[in-house]
Amino acid sequence: MRILLGIGGADDSLQALARTVERAVEAGDELTVAIIDEGGTERSVEEIESAVTETLEENGVDAEIRYVAGDPGSKLVDVAESEGYDRIVLGGGTTSPMGKIQLGSTAEFVLLNSHVSVTLVR
Amino acid sequence: MSRNRRYPDEIAGPFESPPVTFEDRDGREIEIRAHDGSDEEYEALASMYDAFDPADRAQGIPPSEERRIREWLDNILCVECLNVVAWDGDTAAGHATLVPDGDAYELAIFVLQAYQEAGIGTHLMKGLLGYGAESGVEKVWLTVERWNKAAVGLYKKIGFEVSDSESFEMEMGIRLSDGSDEGG
Repeated sequence: MRILLGIGGADDSLQALARTVERAVEAGDELTVAIIDEGGTERSVEEIESAVTETLEENGVDAEIRYVAGDPGSKLVDVAESEGYDRIVLGGGTTSPMGKIQLGSTAEFVLLNSHVSVTLVR
Repeated sequence: MSRNRRYPDEIAGPFESPPVTFEDRDGREIEIRAHDGSDEEYEALASMYDAFDPADRAQGIPPSEERRIREWLDNILCVECLNVVAWDGDTAAGHATLVPDGDAYELAIFVLQAYQEAGIGTHLMKGLLGYGAESGVEKVWLTVERWNKAAVGLYKKIGFEVSDSESFEMEMGIRLSDGSDEGG
């Protein structure tokens, strides 16, 4: 499968990264990692990028890394649809102090608008 | 990830602090008490959540498996957390909690299915907010699914106002004090 993984700076993105790369090894997926600059998250774009390269190297996976500028949700959907991806993968949301699952605005937009299947990693 | 949340300017309440005893609409005598931190109460809450109907879960809580229920309870029964329980004898019928979040608290409330629509939720909310105000809590927020009319109606009746309605779930806030009056 051709997978478009969208990741930002929150913890759920890093979990999605680890699981998607592991899965790509098992299934032989062709992976593209799109780094999203959401602003206001725990990690900078540079920190996300080094986490990505590290995880890819550890698992021996060769993946294209891209940067998504502008509105991340619409950009991800546009890239996935226009370039023939089979699936968009995103982090499954952060949790509130109470433990409630909260989806980010990118995930909400992608879920409602994408014609390509979407996976949220929990 | 904390962000700026909006709260009403006006202070809500006053709310009576627990313990409060009342007869619910099904004639059961219910007592609202602050959680005393005992193992007995912890186990009663674990049993309540074990019996909880998954259809009434909200954004993934309460979790549905015993190990996860206990992990979650450990989190929301933290030292700084404020918890009140609605008791029918030794049975936990409902539970409401305030979990610290920066300079505010996040609220959640659960009423066991057999005890719903009997007025327990309203008493639990008031009891928790009374306990919160008494403990110096200034601001409280919560999220609720926008289609959950019963819950949204209850929160509005108590004094919560919608602070963010742009996400899947709606955010509401209430102010219990303006922070200028310590105790009192």
